[in-house]
Amino acid sequence: MLPPSLQKTPSLARWVSFRPDRKVGLNVGKVEFGQGVATALTQIAAEELDLAPEQVAITFGDTERAPDEGLTVGSMSIEVSGASVRLVCADVRRRFLGVAAERLGCQAGDLGVDEGAIRRGRQSTGLDYWALADAVDLDAPVAEDAPLKDPAAYRVVGRSTPRIDLPSKLAGGGFITDLRPAGLLHARVLRQPSPAARLQRLDEAAIRSAARGEVDILRDGDFVAVLAASESAAERAVAAAEAVAVWDDPRRISPEQQEAPWLRSQPTEDNVLGEPQAPAQGVRQHRATYAKPYISHASMGPSVGLAQYAAGRLTVWSHTQGPYPLRDRIARAAGLAAEQVTLRHAQGSGCYGHNGADDAAFDAALIALRRPGPPIRVQWRREDEFGFEPVGTAMIVELAAELDEAGRPASWTCEIWSGPHGNRGRLLAETALPGAAEAPPVRPPSNRMFSGAVRNAPPSYDIPRWGVIDHLVRETPVYCSSLRTLGALQNVFAAEGFVDELAALAGEDPLAYRLSLTSDPRARAVIETAAEMAGWARRDGRALGIGYARYKNTGAYIAVIAQVEAAESVRLKRIWCAGDIGLVINPDGARNQIEGGILMAASWCLKEQVRFDERGIASRTFGDYPMLRFSEVPPVEVRLIEQADAASVGIGEASSGPAAGAIGNAVAAALGVRVRELPFTRERLASAILAA
Amino acid sequence: MPASIAFTVNGRPVEVSAEPEDTLLDLLRNHLGLTGARFGCGAGQCGACAVIVDGELKAACHTEAGAIAGAKLTTVEALSASSPPHPLIAAFLEKQAGQCGFCLNGILVSASLLLERNREPSRAEIAEALDWHLCRCGAHNRILNAVELAASRLKEPA
Repeated sequence: MLPPSLQKTPSLARWVSFRPDRKVGLNVGKVEFGQGVATALTQIAAEELDLAPEQVAITFGDTERAPDEGLTVGSMSIEVSGASVRLVCADVRRRFLGVAAERLGCQAGDLGVDEGAIRRGRQSTGLDYWALADAVDLDAPVAEDAPLKDPAAYRVVGRSTPRIDLPSKLAGGGFITDLRPAGLLHARVLRQPSPAARLQRLDEAAIRSAARGEVDILRDGDFVAVLAASESAAERAVAAAEAVAVWDDPRRISPEQQEAPWLRSQPTEDNVLGEPQAPAQGVRQHRATYAKPYISHASMGPSVGLAQYAAGRLTVWSHTQGPYPLRDRIARAAGLAAEQVTLRHAQGSGCYGHNGADDAAFDAALIALRRPGPPIRVQWRREDEFGFEPVGTAMIVELAAELDEAGRPASWTCEIWSGPHGNRGRLLAETALPGAAEAPPVRPPSNRMFSGAVRNAPPSYDIPRWGVIDHLVRETPVYCSSLRTLGALQNVFAAEGFVDELAALAGEDPLAYRLSLTSDPRARAVIETAAEMAGWARRDGRALGIGYARYKNTGAYIAVIAQVEAAESVRLKRIWCAGDIGLVINPDGARNQIEGGILMAASWCLKEQVRFDERGIASRTFGDYPMLRFSEVPPVEVRLIEQADAASVGIGEASSGPAAGAIGNAVAAALGVRVRELPFTRERLASAILAA
Repeated sequence: MPASIAFTVNGRPVEVSAEPEDTLLDLLRNHLGLTGARFGCGAGQCGACAVIVDGELKAACHTEAGAIAGAKLTTVEALSASSPPHPLIAAFLEKQAGQCGFCLNGILVSASLLLERNREPSRAEIAEALDWHLCRCGAHNRILNAVELAASRLKEPA
């Protein structure tokens, strides 16, 4: 069966073009946000077309040209887009060799390609891709049986090709925030404090006087924006607007709503996987409850959107994860036909999921539609990004196992309380527009939210019976959506802590206990390799913890071991990781992603929690939302286990859950007390020690 | 009232008409087209907009234009545009020290100042010098490795 991207866009010409500058244009619908996907897809195309990577020019995420590949999420780009690019390029190569063989009066099988030049045996034929481009019809559907190159012959795939986007980013460019089209106006949006808040008064004279420069104040219902040619003037204007705006805001958040246990008191929509069962009376059993708080994406660059409305067409530039889905959402919300909207992707800082990108783009679109002509640039402030982006939801995971005579789980039930993941419904500013109060709610399908919370809820071990009960709390105090790993961070953190608890009950070493629960040789290999790297057998008093999971239960196998020191607070000493990610496209790029996933999880575990006050999110600066800093980062060593015969699987999200499990278990080893609530702050450590 | 503000950027004298309360970041990015200093927080808390003003590290987002009249500024563009580029640039590429790259320009500026003052920094000294800077992608170890590599090259006799 064709990969989903090719089912939607089978035409070869939509993916590959032969350009006059003797490069091959590669058009994809997935987007780059620092994860290195542009480089990896370039390598795959170069490999199948027998080109040097420098001969491939990749462009992505422009709805006028790129294939629709939906959202760039869930560590699926290499699995889905990579498979598509591979098949398309194999088919294109075959078609070129077919035409060349006709011209040369030989068999296509006698021909080969070197950096785009076609050779017969070792002889040059004088032909190349570009000379034949006019004679080869690419306006044809991809053939499912196009002959793929034998992985044993790979020269480009499997090599640590340097990232193609890094040089320009080191030289001061490369980002959406660097776009400066002529005639640009800088805009800032006065954020509606909550979806039902209504603007009572706005002293426009005070805003104009504070701006110290010409400023245009746009007000439509409760949507307010300020526009100026000077960015500093726009900045001063919005600060003044915030100070003078009087809102009637019915939202009241109580202190307990900031903490995960509040979710258990809420109405839920439920979903069941497998066979959950409450452990029977009289059977040996164990239960434990783990929690994680609301967590911010905390992208380094606050979101930016640009838009221009001219001659009945709206053009939007965004660092969105999904150019086509965002185009459609903007068209719907703005009352335009999708054909009237062009969405051009431009790179932003790392997003790690659904941050403010889409909403900033919609802000720019709303303003551009009301101020036709000039390009409008909306820059969110740091306070906007922390305060109004969708955050990763808090979660509670309660695990229960029935134990057999050997102390191994005979049944495993995972019960989850979670707010929404994958919550791409209404756009933020929609609730500020006139008539919003009467408008029907825009809701994403709940199956997407369910699939988010249960990610990695089924155990990564051989357990005779297991089940998952997922309680979705649709209404959370603040806007929640996808954060890197979705539910997998919490599910793996909980499961791996729980497995250590079961090992302790059985009086066994946590590593040996894990090995006794898995027969999968690839799982055993990563666990054993990580153990060897960390010197698990010779711990000599070091506080080590292990975490293991197979991402999504079908993807990458990752084992992490962490060494910590913990007393009043936790200090990370070292981290080791072994991974089996199938065929590796770019080893250094893969290690980079795995390291990043580990350190992000380390920051989540040690430091991060979104704080609320009565009105909404209170942690709106890096001062209120601490993250791991250079002096706190431990050395991280990653080893990949070669699996050239296995399909490539995603890696961007695979290491975070195992890292959280490893850190949690190392903290328990260091303290002698299990801490089941993230983050491991001084307060939480102290209360766990007191409770023990 | 807008005022004319004269200063030196990367050895080049410039004059900009701006409100004295405008941010230095606005001047660099919008008036001078120097987009290397990036907007991360507006409060000097993340280091993404780091520049050197008269030998001192400053957050351009948190520095008023009026305060830099007559000053000598160095931005990340001085490192990449010089010929040959600063050894830090090659070292960061060689170590693939970054993921999204948004924090890197500020980090390069801090690291260049560190290496000017301390030719043989220990890893702990590098981490301390970069501690102001936030990196959300978790590229910290690669960044430390790259600064160490650049330091070792600067130490070698030319």
